[in-house]
Amino acid sequence: MAKNKAGEQTLAFLRVPIISTWGTVVGPMEGEGPLGDYFDKILDNNLYEGDKSWEESEQKMMQHSMELALEHAGMSSKDMEFYLAGDLLNQIIVANFTARFFDVPFLGVYGACSTLVEGLALGSTLICGEYADKVGVSVSSHHDTAERQLRFPTEQGVQRPMTAQWTVTGAGSYILGSSGSGIRITHATIGKIKDLGISDTNNMGTAMAPAAFDTIKANLQDLGRKVSDYDLIITGDLGILGLSVLKELMRAEGYVTDNVSDCGVLIYRPDQDTHSGGSGCGCSGVVLSYLLKQMVERRYLRIFLIGTGALLSPISAFQGESIPGIAHGVVLEYC
Amino acid sequence: MEVILKAFLLGGIICAIGQLLMDLTPFNITPGHILVGYVTVGAILSAIGLYQPLIDWGGAGATVPLSGFGHLLAQGAIDGVKNKGLLGAMGGGLESTSVGISAAIVFGLLTAIFFRPRG
Amino acid sequence: MEKEEILRQKHASREKLLAKWVLMNENAKNLVQKEIQMDHQTVIAWEAKAEGEKKKLLMKLRISIDKQQKAFQKIDSLEYKKKAGPLAPKPTTVRNVILAFFFGGLICTIGQLITNLFIANGLLDKDAGTATAAVLIFAGSFFTGLGVYDELGKYAGAGSIVPITGFANSIAASALEAKREGFIYGVGARLFMVAGPVIVYGTVVSILIGLIYFFMR
Repeated sequence: MAKNKAGEQTLAFLRVPIISTWGTVVGPMEGEGPLGDYFDKILDNNLYEGDKSWEESEQKMMQHSMELALEHAGMSSKDMEFYLAGDLLNQIIVANFTARFFDVPFLGVYGACSTLVEGLALGSTLICGEYADKVGVSVSSHHDTAERQLRFPTEQGVQRPMTAQWTVTGAGSYILGSSGSGIRITHATIGKIKDLGISDTNNMGTAMAPAAFDTIKANLQDLGRKVSDYDLIITGDLGILGLSVLKELMRAEGYVTDNVSDCGVLIYRPDQDTHSGGSGCGCSGVVLSYLLKQMVERRYLRIFLIGTGALLSPISAFQGESIPGIAHGVVLEYC
Repeated sequence: MEVILKAFLLGGIICAIGQLLMDLTPFNITPGHILVGYVTVGAILSAIGLYQPLIDWGGAGATVPLSGFGHLLAQGAIDGVKNKGLLGAMGGGLESTSVGISAAIVFGLLTAIFFRPRG
Repeated sequence: MEKEEILRQKHASREKLLAKWVLMNENAKNLVQKEIQMDHQTVIAWEAKAEGEKKKLLMKLRISIDKQQKAFQKIDSLEYKKKAGPLAPKPTTVRNVILAFFFGGLICTIGQLITNLFIANGLLDKDAGTATAAVLIFAGSFFTGLGVYDELGKYAGAGSIVPITGFANSIAASALEAKREGFIYGVGARLFMVAGPVIVYGTVVSILIGLIYFFMR
């Protein structure tokens, strides 16, 4: 058996990757949310001054978040040996156009809203395998670009159902290194696609919850751990409804759920009228920075972060296909 | 005054039916479905003579909802047949609604030219 | 032919599992799913090489294995929906309907006032209706441009979709947002994203009505 694998689905990183620095850029609504103070840059508007399209602005957000992360690390972009990035737009154009700017070896990754954790897992693998010492990971999402691609034009008067989630306008970038101080990524659990027949694009939390549950179970089994071995188990963007479904699934199989939470629940205040909470790559993408700061302050020592993705496309949604859910997890430890 | 109250009541009821359709049916009903449904149903009701009484009673309460647009289409086609026969059946509907369609196209285009989407 | 018979029998015996699938534990389910998958790939390999009648028979077997797999998934899906469904928040239907009634009625009232104004200024009833539609379409487009109509839609629901202003809103919103993709394939083409179906089916129905009327006359 491969020596760096634990159990069925979990990678154990013996040469442990460290998240040294990060950078986050968010939109105004996320800035007003409860975590607003933790983000590096808050835009006044959902558009950068002078930009003609939201797509252009989303690209700038991703780029600026990485530049902030580089600045915090005192690195230049050329010091990144590999750059992994992804987003929600067709053909991941935001990531591709950002990589055009940095001019470093680049792999585009797509896992819908699980992209952050997918990128962290792959970046960690590069470092653990001694293929690199510095790897950059970026993700982004933007409410308006996502809405117009997946649902309705933003100016159209529609009522969002209570189960709908609000795509986060935000970009997060993280620098993984092979040495130094910071938060360590000790394990990654690669998830399986779970599709239990939910086809409502306004109910992604319910579509993704089984995948998240499966990955949590696999991680605990592979590492012989209990839920309480983690200070926090946090999913990427199940939202309020998805989180309650996940907890229901966990309780049904006898797991405790006190320390289970969700980034999409944390990022907005209840009165921000998002209905079921936040979603999108940028959701876990920016909330992770908050979690890392909590770890630096020793509030949490070991976190299991599970990125959750709804792998649908506008075409599959119109054709009435059900939504395949995916979930990958990384174990974060403070050292 | 009575006319206005009737328009409010009838218009409100027609819209409330749309809301019930959106909230209570298990399918995902979008504005597109609602608009197409109302035009089609309005045209059919008009053809069997059930829509004109609504207009006589509620005025704009029946003409402003999109089912009124369907009514215009149907009456246009019927008038077309009366005046021009088969050719009228083809063109009558669009003829009677041409002002509405043209207005929607022109104002839609002007909106795109003069405004920017805010999100 | 004998190898196929074995697969067919395995397939048939699995059919019996459908009834007790809900009660099976996850490991047992995984074993069955794995067996289905293995059988499926075997049949595909045979089918690729077979010809004529035999190929057709194998194709039928493959399709029935497909169906069996979907049947198992369907059971899981229903079970899950039973569990997750009740957790979903219900739409606030009563409030929505009242708001739709109020705002829908309000827009129609405004329409009636405009119509009265046109009639008072000497327009015929029918022309006044058409002119009112044009004014309302202008208003719907204008408030869409100002970014107000989508806010109204949040509260009014069908009350802002069903009136002709809603038709104008869906046209203007689609056109407005496509501005960056240019005026031909962006604005020009997308303008009809929602209006297109309305015009298509409206026209078709009107022609059908015209034809029926023509032949009944």
